[in-house]
Amino acid sequence: MTTYLLCFVLFLVGLFGVLTKRNIIKIAIGLIIMELSLFMFFALIGYVDNGIAPIIVEKTENTKFVDPLPQAIVLTAIVIGLATTAMLMAIAIRLYKKYNTFDIRKIANLKG
Amino acid sequence: MELLLSIILGLMILGAIYALFARDLMSALISCGIVGYGLVICFLLLQAPDLAIVQIVVETITLLIMIAVVLDSSREELKEKKAAEVKLSHFRKWYVMNVILIIVCLVVLLYFFKEVTSTLDPLGKHLTRMSTAYIEYAAEKTGSANLVTGVLFDFRGYDTLGEATILFTAVIGVLTILRVKGKK
Repeated sequence: MTTYLLCFVLFLVGLFGVLTKRNIIKIAIGLIIMELSLFMFFALIGYVDNGIAPIIVEKTENTKFVDPLPQAIVLTAIVIGLATTAMLMAIAIRLYKKYNTFDIRKIANLKG
Repeated sequence: MELLLSIILGLMILGAIYALFARDLMSALISCGIVGYGLVICFLLLQAPDLAIVQIVVETITLLIMIAVVLDSSREELKEKKAAEVKLSHFRKWYVMNVILIIVCLVVLLYFFKEVTSTLDPLGKHLTRMSTAYIEYAAEKTGSANLVTGVLFDFRGYDTLGEATILFTAVIGVLTILRVKGKK
C-alpha cells in the first residue's frame, strides 16, 4: 500500500510540473515523470511474493512466476514513451529556432 | 521488500522534485535521470529483467536527445518574477480561492486513489487471474522460453503491431518537423 501511495505521489509531482511550469523542457520532464510512475505502478501490480522472473528454465515445476502480462504492456508503453518524447523535443527545438525562447507565455501566435 | 521499494521510490520523488525546481536545465535533466535509473533498480527488484534492459536503453536515449536539445538552445531557466514585484493585492484577492481549489483537487484525487487501490490486491499477493493460461500454455503454444516475449509477440501480437505503427508515425512526425526547408 505504501508503494502504491508513493507511486501516486510521484505522479502528482509530474502533474504539478506540467500544470505550473512555463518552460517547455520542464513540461517535458513532468510528462516523463508521470510516465515513469505509471510504469512503476504496473510493475508493482504484477509482482508476486517469492516469484521468479517469467523465464522458463529447467526444473521450474511448482515455482511461482511473476505476472508476465503487465510486464508486456509496460514494455510496449516504454517504447511509445520514447517516441512521444522525441516528437516533443523536435517540436521544442523548432519553436526555439523560431521564437528564440522556451517560454510558453511568449509563444503566443500559433497561426498556421 | 516493500520497505526497500519505498526507499527507492522516495529517492525518485526527491529527484523529481529537484528536476522541476532546478535553475539550470542541464541539472534538471540529470536529476530526471535519477527517476529513470531508480526505476531500473525497482524493475530488477520486481523480477522484471526485460523491462530493466529496455528501460535503461530508453532512458539513456531520452537523456541524450533532451541534452542535445538543451545544448543546442539555452540552459537558463526562465526568470521568474521576484516576490516583491508580484502585486500583493492581486495575490490576496485569489489567495483563498487558490487554497480551496487545491484542497478540493487533492481530496478528489486521493478519494479516487483509495477507491482504485481498494480493488487491487496488496503488494505481493497478486493472483495471476488472466495470465494463468499464459503461464501454463505459453511454452507449448509459442515455443518461447521467455513468457514476456511470448505474450508480447504472440498472444498480443496486434498490440505490438500498433506500437510499430505509433513508432513509424512518430518518426515521420519528427522528420516532418525537423525538415530544413519549411514551406513559407
